[in-house]
Amino acid sequence: MNATAILAAVGTMAAIAAILGGVLGWVATRLRSDPDALVEQIDALLPQTQCAQCRYPGCRPYAEAIANGEADIDRCPPGGETTVRALAALLDREPRPVDPQYGATQPPRVALIDEDRCIGCALCLPACPVDAIVGAQRLMHTVIAAQCTGCELCLAPCPVDCIAMVERAGDQPGRAAA
Amino acid sequence: MDPGPAQPPYVVAGFSVPRVMFQVLVALVPVLAVQIHLFGMSPLLLVAVAALVAVACEALALHLRHRSVRPCLRDGSVLVTAALLALAVPPTLPLWQLALGVAVAVLLAKHAYGGLGQNPFNPAMVGYAVLLVSFPLEMTRWPAPGGDWDAMTGATALDTLRNGLRQSYTMQEIQAGPAFGHVGAMGGEWINLAALVGGVYLLARRIVRWHIPVAMLAGIAVPAALFHMFDPGAHASASFHLAAGATMLGAFFIATDPVSAATSDRGRLVYGAGIGLLTWIIRTWGGFPDGVAFAVLIMNLAVPLIDRYTVPRIYGHAGQ
Amino acid sequence: MKLRGLRLDSHTSRPLERPIRVVPPPATLVLALDQGSGADALPMVRPGEAVRVGSAVAAASGAAAAVHSPVSGIVREIAARPTSRGASRCIVIDNDGRDDPMATAAPIDWRAMDGSALIECIAAAGTAGLGGAAFPTATKLALARAAGAELLLLNGAECEPWICCDAALMRERAADVVLGAQVMLAAAGAQRCVVAIEDDKPEAIAAVEAAVRAATDARIEVRVLPALFPLGAEGPLVAAVTGREVPHDGWPPQVGVVCQNVGTAAAVARLVQDDRPVMSRVLTVTGSGVQQPANVEACIGTPVGQLVAACGGYTGECARRIAGGSLTGRSIEGDDVPVTKGMNCVLLASDADLPSRGPARPCIRCGDCAAVCPAGLLPQQLHVAARSDDSAALARFGLSACIECGCCDYVCPSAIPLTARFRAARERQHLADLERRRAIEARARYERHQRRLAEQAEAERQAFDTARRRARGADPGDR
Repeated sequence: MNATAILAAVGTMAAIAAILGGVLGWVATRLRSDPDALVEQIDALLPQTQCAQCRYPGCRPYAEAIANGEADIDRCPPGGETTVRALAALLDREPRPVDPQYGATQPPRVALIDEDRCIGCALCLPACPVDAIVGAQRLMHTVIAAQCTGCELCLAPCPVDCIAMVERAGDQPGRAAA
Repeated sequence: MDPGPAQPPYVVAGFSVPRVMFQVLVALVPVLAVQIHLFGMSPLLLVAVAALVAVACEALALHLRHRSVRPCLRDGSVLVTAALLALAVPPTLPLWQLALGVAVAVLLAKHAYGGLGQNPFNPAMVGYAVLLVSFPLEMTRWPAPGGDWDAMTGATALDTLRNGLRQSYTMQEIQAGPAFGHVGAMGGEWINLAALVGGVYLLARRIVRWHIPVAMLAGIAVPAALFHMFDPGAHASASFHLAAGATMLGAFFIATDPVSAATSDRGRLVYGAGIGLLTWIIRTWGGFPDGVAFAVLIMNLAVPLIDRYTVPRIYGHAGQ
Repeated sequence: MKLRGLRLDSHTSRPLERPIRVVPPPATLVLALDQGSGADALPMVRPGEAVRVGSAVAAASGAAAAVHSPVSGIVREIAARPTSRGASRCIVIDNDGRDDPMATAAPIDWRAMDGSALIECIAAAGTAGLGGAAFPTATKLALARAAGAELLLLNGAECEPWICCDAALMRERAADVVLGAQVMLAAAGAQRCVVAIEDDKPEAIAAVEAAVRAATDARIEVRVLPALFPLGAEGPLVAAVTGREVPHDGWPPQVGVVCQNVGTAAAVARLVQDDRPVMSRVLTVTGSGVQQPANVEACIGTPVGQLVAACGGYTGECARRIAGGSLTGRSIEGDDVPVTKGMNCVLLASDADLPSRGPARPCIRCGDCAAVCPAGLLPQQLHVAARSDDSAALARFGLSACIECGCCDYVCPSAIPLTARFRAARERQHLADLERRRAIEARARYERHQRRLAEQAEAERQAFDTARRRARGADPGDR
C-alpha cells in the first residue's frame, strides 16, 4: 500500500463523482418541470369548494402556494384524506392527516335556506362563489342544491341566520354492467 | 350453520389451498422415493425433520404476529416449503444445518414479509441460498449412489464438469468419468426423471400451468443446444443440462411457486425463460455448480418489472 | 380474443321435463316501477283509479320502459315494497277477477309499417329486455337503427346454471321467436339475424331451426355455441359470434350489432299478433327447495310465493331464495317479492345446491382467476388495488371492464369474495367520478362568477368615466 496507489484510487473516485455530479446538474437544468403545469395539476386535484378554509382566497391561490412551497398539502378539509393522498402522490411527499386548525372534514353538505325566515335581503347572493343562490331583493332566495359546493360562505352575510348546512342527499350507486 | 356468501356468486368450485398443497406433496413422492432408493433412509429423515421444524417455526411466527394458528397451519403451504428444501439439499447434510435453513425460509422469507401470499422471494430457495453460502462444503458433497458413505466422490456431475472444463479436459473425457450416467449425472438423472413425472402429474391436475416449466426448460435447453452445436468439446448438451442438478425439480416445483412468480401468462413465460437462461449461465460461467436457486432469486427480483410490462389486453380495449 | 369461462353443471333437466305451465294472476299485483333496469318508470295512476287489462299504469322514463296492468281492478296504493333490487316504489293493484281488456285483440300489420312506426309500437307496449337487464327494447332498436347496425343477434345462449326459461321458450314457441326476429329486423333496419344457442340445448336448437325453415327467411340463421359461462353476456357473445369486440366505452351498435334476448323477441311477436302490451313473462322456478321445478308463465307483479305454490310448494329444504341464477342472482327475502320483467329465474336453493365456500385465505397469486376471466382481466391485481383503494391501479387493470360474472370467485382456491370486492370498488369509483365531475363544474362556475364580477366592475368604471366626461363637457370651463 503506497501513496501512489492511494492517490490514484482517491483521484479516480473524485473524478467519477465530479463527472456524474455535473451530468446530474445539467440534466436538472435542462429538464426542469413547467411550474404553470404543476399549478394546473394541483388545482385539478382540489375539490373546488372555494371556501377559503385553507386561508387562501380560493382553490387556485392555494394550488399556487403549494407549487411555490409556501403551503403544505394538509390544509384542505373539504378535500379530506382523499385529496391529501392524491397531492402526496403527485408531489412525491408523505401523506398526513388534514391539519385540524384549518377545519374538520365533514360529510358532503349543502346550504339550505329556511324560507319562513328569509327576509329577501339578497346579501347572500354575491357571497356565493359559484352563483348557486337564486333570488332577488324582497323575493324568495333559494339554494340550488345540485350546484352548492358546501363552502359555507353564505352563512356569515345572512342577517337573520336562516341558512343551515344539511347533508347532501345520497348519490345513486352505479348500475352493474352488462 | 354457515349462511353462505352474502353476495353473488353463491356457488364455488371447491378448490382450496390445502388441496393444492396436498397435491404438490403427492407429486414430490416419486422424487423422495428415488432419493431413498439411491441414498438410503436419510432423505426421509431430512424431510421429516424439515417438516417438524417448519411447522414449529410457522406456529411461533403466527403466535408472534397475533394471528390464529390452527387455520393458517392447515393450509399446508409450509410443508411444501420444507419438503422442497429437504429434497434439494444433499442427504448427508447435518440435521442442524437443515433446521437452520428451514427456519430462515419460514421465519425470514415467508413470515417477515407477511405470511402466505406475501413473500416476494421463493422461501425454499432463500433457505437453500443461505445454506449454500454458509456451509459450502456440506452443501456440495453428494454421496455416491448406492449408499456407501465411505465412497463419497464429493462432487456432483455438474461440479465435476465445471472443474474438468477449467482444467481443459474435453466434454467426452469428462463424461466418461464415474460421476456420469446415461444422460446426465449418475443418480441425479433418475431424480430428475422422478421430478418430471411429478411435474407432469401436477400439469395434468391443473395445479400448475404449463408456462413456467416449459419456458424454464426452453431457457436452459436452447442456449445449451446452441453452444453445444458450436463447441461440443467445451459445452454440455441440452439433454445433459435437462437431466442434471435440480433442473426438473426447479422447473415444476420451485419456479412455479405462484406467490413469487410473475402474474400474467406472458409474464410467466418471460419469468421462466429468465430462470432457465440464468441457470445455464451460472452453470457454464458462474462460480457455483448449480444455478437454479440463484436464478430463481434473481428473477424474483425482476417480477415487478415483468408484471409492469406484461399486463394482458383487456376486452374492448383495442391494442392497448 | 380467446373465449374464456367455465363449464358448469346446468341443473336444468328437471324443469325441462314438463312444458311451460301458466300461473293464473294473483289476487294482489305488485308492479315495481323499477322493473330491473335500475331506473323508475313514472306512475300514471292514482290510488283508487280503476284499470283494465293492458292499460298503461306507468310511463317510460330514461332506462325504464312503460308498465301495463296485467289484470283489471283498482289501484290500491303506490308505496315502497320489497323487490329483488331491495325496496322500491310499486303500484299495488287489487285484482277484481273480471279480466276486462282495454281493447279488443287484433293483429298488427307490421309489414306495412316503417321502422320508426314499429319502434314506437314496441315502446308503447312497454317492451323491455327480458334477458335480465330490462332495458327498453325500443330505445335499443332506435339506437341500432341510427348507428346502422347490420346484424341482429338473438341471445338464446342462457349460460348460467339453473336458468332454462329461454330453452323452454325456444323449444315450445320457436315460431314466436322467429316472428319476433323478423319484426325486430324491420324495426332496427338490420340485414341479417343470428340466433345464438348453446350446445347443451339440443331440443331448442332443433325447434328454432325448424321454425326458421318454416318461415323460409334466408336472413335468419342459428349458430350453435359451446356451453361456456358467461358466453350469454353481451360482450363475450358479440365476440364469439362476430369476432369483434365491443369497445369498452361504447356499445354493440358501434361494431354493427344489436343484441336482444329470445324472450324479448317472443314478446314482440305476441305484441304484433294481438296488439297486447308486455304483461307476462316465462321464468324458471327451480332448486331443491321446491317440489316440482318448472318453467312458468306468470304475470308481471305475481308474488314469488304464488309461483312456488303453482309448482307444488316448498320441500322444506329451501335455505335461500335467489332471483336469478347461482352466479349473478340477487338474494331475496320472503315470498312477497314480485315478478318483474327482468326476473328470469327464482332459485329456491337448499344447502346442498349451494355448498358454502369456507373462510377466505390470503391470495396465493395462483392465476386461476385470470385464466377464466372472460374480459381478460387480472383479478389478482385488481384484488390488491381494490383493497388499498388505489384508483390509478384499478383503472390500469381495467376495473371498468369487469362484467361481475363471478367466474373468478368460482375458481379461487383461497375462497376470496372477489366479485363482491369489485362491485364495491366500482361503486366507490363511480362516486369518486361523480365528485370529480362536480368539482370541475364548480370550478367552471367559479370562473364564470369571477368573470361576471370583473365585467360588472369594468362596466361600472366605464359608466363612471362616461358620466364624469359628460359632467365636465356640460361645464364649458376648460374645454
